[in-house]
Amino acid sequence: MSSTAPNSAHGLARGEEVLLEVRGAAKRFGNREVLKQISLNIAPGEFLTLLGESGSGKTTLLRLIAGFEQPSAGEIWMNGARLDTLPPYQRRVNTVFQHYALFPHLSVADNVAYGLRVKKTPPSEIAGRVDSTLHMVKMQEFAAARPSKLSGGQQQRVALARALVNRPELLLLDEPLSALDANLRKRMQSELKALQREIGITFLFVTHDQEEAMALSDRIALLRNGELEQVSTPREIYAHPATAYTAQFIGQTNVLRGEVQAGLATCGSIRFSTVAGPDGPATFSLRPEKIHFRTDSAAGASFAGFKGTIRQQIYGGATELLEVDCGGGQLLRVRIPARGWLSGEHQFVFSAADAIRVRE
Amino acid sequence: MYSRAYKAIVSIPPLLWVGLFLLLPYALMFAHSFWVVRNGFLVHEWNLGNFKTLASNPVYAQVLFRTMRIAASVTLLSLLLGYPLAYYLSFHAQARKELLYQLVIVPLWVSYLVRGYAWKTILGSEGVLNGFLRYFHVTHEPVAFLLYSPFAVVLVLTHIYTPFVFLPIYAALEHIPRQLIEASHDLGASSAQTFFRVILPLSIPGLLAGATFAFVLSLGDFLAPLLVGGASGTMIANVVQSLFGAAYDWPLGSAISICILLITVGLLFLTERLEKRWSFQ
Repeated sequence: MSSTAPNSAHGLARGEEVLLEVRGAAKRFGNREVLKQISLNIAPGEFLTLLGESGSGKTTLLRLIAGFEQPSAGEIWMNGARLDTLPPYQRRVNTVFQHYALFPHLSVADNVAYGLRVKKTPPSEIAGRVDSTLHMVKMQEFAAARPSKLSGGQQQRVALARALVNRPELLLLDEPLSALDANLRKRMQSELKALQREIGITFLFVTHDQEEAMALSDRIALLRNGELEQVSTPREIYAHPATAYTAQFIGQTNVLRGEVQAGLATCGSIRFSTVAGPDGPATFSLRPEKIHFRTDSAAGASFAGFKGTIRQQIYGGATELLEVDCGGGQLLRVRIPARGWLSGEHQFVFSAADAIRVRE
Repeated sequence: MYSRAYKAIVSIPPLLWVGLFLLLPYALMFAHSFWVVRNGFLVHEWNLGNFKTLASNPVYAQVLFRTMRIAASVTLLSLLLGYPLAYYLSFHAQARKELLYQLVIVPLWVSYLVRGYAWKTILGSEGVLNGFLRYFHVTHEPVAFLLYSPFAVVLVLTHIYTPFVFLPIYAALEHIPRQLIEASHDLGASSAQTFFRVILPLSIPGLLAGATFAFVLSLGDFLAPLLVGGASGTMIANVVQSLFGAAYDWPLGSAISICILLITVGLLFLTERLEKRWSFQ
């Protein structure tokens, strides 16, 4: 089997460079099929996020690449060579674990030096590399400390340094920020992104947090029940979700179910013109922020209007979220710039082009 | 909050227990070690004669060193048996783990005496092992050193104390987060490197606890040498036993006991320090 021919369906254009290639990888634990025929390419220097709910198989895919599990079917290639047949310690891949997994009996510096020592790197070189890597994650002053003396955020930095010092071609990060509190997490996100740009190592990042995925990634691979739902850039996946699941998982949305006939969609009491797809039953995703209060400027066939009663108003700082009953129990969520207390019936409008036709 | 009266009442039974069964006997033993037996009667005359006897008569030092040598051999052998067993159970036994664990523990339910006697029938000159060796013409005469020798004592004690060594090591290995082993492999360490750099250091507290069990229990053992030791396998506890029995020299027996007690307490103190030094959880 050749190692070339990346498939554009996996999100990379033909002929682009490929670092890691997952070919039809599947994983079964007993009768349970955790991963089903996953094919995915990762380009050098890319920040790719595996996003999914717990049980979606994202961590299993990571563990297949790290070598902690063997695929039940399929292959994994890196730089044109088989990866899945190698033991973990022969792969030029390093992992940052969810709970850091620092060695409790070793100091911070010894933890970071671990990978270099077991590979018999000359001691003179080890000292310099450990020092500069600790400097990179701003932990050089803790070199002599034991991991148990460090805070969660500091342990996270050491775990990162311990992996990066080996100069892996691919860094796997298994929900590395999930154990941190919200503020620290935001700060670590931006540091992680800056670090990745600076050193240019390919990151494969696993998270269940769609906001984190959006903030960090070059591309997001959304997993659902062991299958790839969609692989796209954050902007693309948000603006053009392929399925109702994706639309609901990435950000908030209104899922409109109805019929399309002769270019006209009817979803409950809402009608709008559409050019997307054939006639018949159809599902659309309409983001809450794409719905506005009616003004005179928005008129014509490219706009759709509806009347609705405000049932709930949830204040969110700069914006607020309205739950609007547009008749017959059909509820739509509308996000508007914050503007004070609202009630009663209102006229709403949205651009028909913002109702994205999705698969179920 | 509990009242003072309640606290006083509940603390009486343990205090009584410790006082009657621990402090009082030790105090008596301590006092005896400075007394003397004259004309078959115990004389409460304070002196250091017993300790001088221990220091000047080489027989006691000889038996004490033999005892420590036997205890050290038992410790080493039961570590060599117990550690791999614990390692296998913890990391590789998988579904058989429960069963194997029970199989290691089961001998502890059988009386020490029964197991000691069982070895007698195995090792004796008309025993199972010699019969086997002769049947296959490996030997023509019964092999004598099998029974009534330090070798037999070490063998029996190792058999008896290996589960005691196994248990704390197994507990320590079970406590090692498996992600640390994955992290080690991930960083490029082979299985052997992972063992020596991660698993072994993290199991040292269990290893020390097991070694202490084996050494201290062997040090004070008198049944195994009584059953299978013979003259050449006599240990210090047998000397104490005979001094308290037939020889009727409680003061000298107490002096020896005090020495063993000091060695044991010193050892426990040392291993406790070491265990603390190596515990990171």
